[in-house]
Amino acid sequence: MKYIDEFRDKDLVQELSRKIKQISVKRITIMEVCGGHTMAIHKFGIPSLLPENIDLLSGPGCPVCVTDIRFIDRVVAISRLDNTIITTYGDLIRVPGSSSSLDKEKANGADIRVVYSTLEALEIAKHNKDKKVIFPGIGFETTTPSSAIAILEASKKDTDNFFLYSSHKVMPPAMAALIDEGIKIDGYIGPGHVTTVAGAKMYDDLANKYKLSIVISGFEPVDLMQSIYFLVRQLENNKPKVEIQYKRAVNYEGNLTAQHMINEVFELRDDWWRGLGVLPGSGLGIRKKYESFDAEKQIEVEVEKPKEPKGCICGEILKGLKRPTDCKLFRSVCTPSYPVGTCMVSNEGTCQAYYNFRF
Amino acid sequence: MSKTILLGHGSGGKLTSDLIKKSFVEYFDNQTLKAMTDSAIVNIDDKLLAFTTDSYVVDPIFFPGGDIGKLAVSGTINDLAVSGAEPLFISAAFIIEEGFSIDDLESITKSMKDEADKSGVNIVTGDTKVVNKGQCDKIFINTAGIGLLERRCEHISTGKHIQCGDKIIVNGYIGDHGIAVMGAREKLKFETEILTDCACLNHLTKSVIDSGADIKFMRDITRGGLATVVSEITENRKFGIKINERDIPVRESVRGMCEIFGYDPMFLANEGKVLMVVSEQSADKVINIMKKQEHGRESAMIGEITSTNPGKAVLHSVVGGSRIIDKLTGEMLPRIC
Repeated sequence: MKYIDEFRDKDLVQELSRKIKQISVKRITIMEVCGGHTMAIHKFGIPSLLPENIDLLSGPGCPVCVTDIRFIDRVVAISRLDNTIITTYGDLIRVPGSSSSLDKEKANGADIRVVYSTLEALEIAKHNKDKKVIFPGIGFETTTPSSAIAILEASKKDTDNFFLYSSHKVMPPAMAALIDEGIKIDGYIGPGHVTTVAGAKMYDDLANKYKLSIVISGFEPVDLMQSIYFLVRQLENNKPKVEIQYKRAVNYEGNLTAQHMINEVFELRDDWWRGLGVLPGSGLGIRKKYESFDAEKQIEVEVEKPKEPKGCICGEILKGLKRPTDCKLFRSVCTPSYPVGTCMVSNEGTCQAYYNFRF
Repeated sequence: MSKTILLGHGSGGKLTSDLIKKSFVEYFDNQTLKAMTDSAIVNIDDKLLAFTTDSYVVDPIFFPGGDIGKLAVSGTINDLAVSGAEPLFISAAFIIEEGFSIDDLESITKSMKDEADKSGVNIVTGDTKVVNKGQCDKIFINTAGIGLLERRCEHISTGKHIQCGDKIIVNGYIGDHGIAVMGAREKLKFETEILTDCACLNHLTKSVIDSGADIKFMRDITRGGLATVVSEITENRKFGIKINERDIPVRESVRGMCEIFGYDPMFLANEGKVLMVVSEQSADKVINIMKKQEHGRESAMIGEITSTNPGKAVLHSVVGGSRIIDKLTGEMLPRIC
């Protein structure tokens, strides 16, 4: 397949593996903060191609994984209201809340529909005027623009039965929070798609303040191996900086149109992250101007008290403090079929990647 | 375990097998069922009989290259064929929604007849039920089938003769059915249309059996995809499996769709694919025989049984890394067959 096979070239990957082994002396820890990277790294068996002094950690980059239990509980509660349709990306369906999940509510009769885009949700709203259609928005700059478009479209067409419940987040505060907590991270593999939208400029403050190596990477094996090579080269030469490996998609400024739409609809606010708690300026709330589409403000519902699952260490895993194999629930009680924590639910979650792909 | 049935319980993956063990085998409890093979193998006097049943709820009922009727016949024929049996008869039972078009019904029954003719079996009995509008979706079909198998094929459905060094063979491109149905459901337009691989495989399996090749195991690759079959083969066994990703036949167009939708071809559904485990000595011969058959032209050797990693299926990725292969979990695409 053109533009894919070139980036899965075995010889090139093996050559990069040799080059990394050649220059890598220090014991270093590299974290990826994108669910897509987590999955690609394990799917292609990248860890088996690196020397043992390079530690790969997965961070808080999978949208489902970082979504706080309070958010899930609220969506579950909304789904139980009469005349309500929940439209959602498939990933959210199986995420366990304190006592239920959307797939369980669906089995009990709630109207929950999986959509591939927010515009599909708008279409459902158009055809169900007597019902309230709620779209729970999760994820980073990759999914936020489409949520923004939905609100702008709904506003343009005076749709009065479409509501967005935003749990959208931005990445840099979480990357900083991990360093502030004292977690040893020498470099980040920067998220490719997020940065395509937000631009590499979003890491300037972070890199300057913490003297961090950040390499924005693509998602194919050659991309990832080359990014790791760049990171190792920076760290061995003590020259940390922001570097773009994924040049075919990412530039310094990013996608200004998308950024403009995000800014039009959303504003920064403090937000809950699973495992990390409340991080200042890390979430995106809907601006007052569009509050008639804000499910938080428009849909009143009683939500149960949050109850985190016993024994689940997703929080520590998201911070890179522990690995899935350190969790006593992993593979025994917690499996992709019967997930306890969010990291096992999403196929971009660290626990599921370990479960599916690691020996 | 959930207190209610979730869609994932019908996925053919882990939830399904847990449900079968807990809610069916537990109650039906008998030795034949416990073998958990594609077809039940029963002794009648000196004959070995293979008996199987399957229900079809695919949505949409017409899709590129096939329809629910073609699927209902080939699915049951294939369950018999991969058990090493020669299919003899099948039944067909219909649950139809009030208001369903008789033209559509007859176009389905015609394709059932065509498919039965191709495989050389007759549809000898059936049943019809009609339910109120909204109480089923258009039409659901159940088929059951009976076949005969020779004693020398008795081991094929359980795979008890599998040993290290045996080779893994598939009869062609995987994933076509999954993408064809998804494309039809989502009304996606493809540059080159992707057709279902839905086909009866009994002539293919018979030609291999008749050749006297040393076949250790066969299974049709359906809902859970190739990944589910290979991981099931090694479950609780003393050997492992190595699969070379590069050798797995996947159409360029299917790969493209997988890239876009984030699917792994190894988990996509198929309706005309069989995975065979054959002895090392027989492998080349089996591939040559299969390549001469209509439904085996793209047959390929994709891996082997290993003494390393017992109980596990291991994939050697296209870039030379390695990882395990596990069964499908949850529901990738409901109502695929």
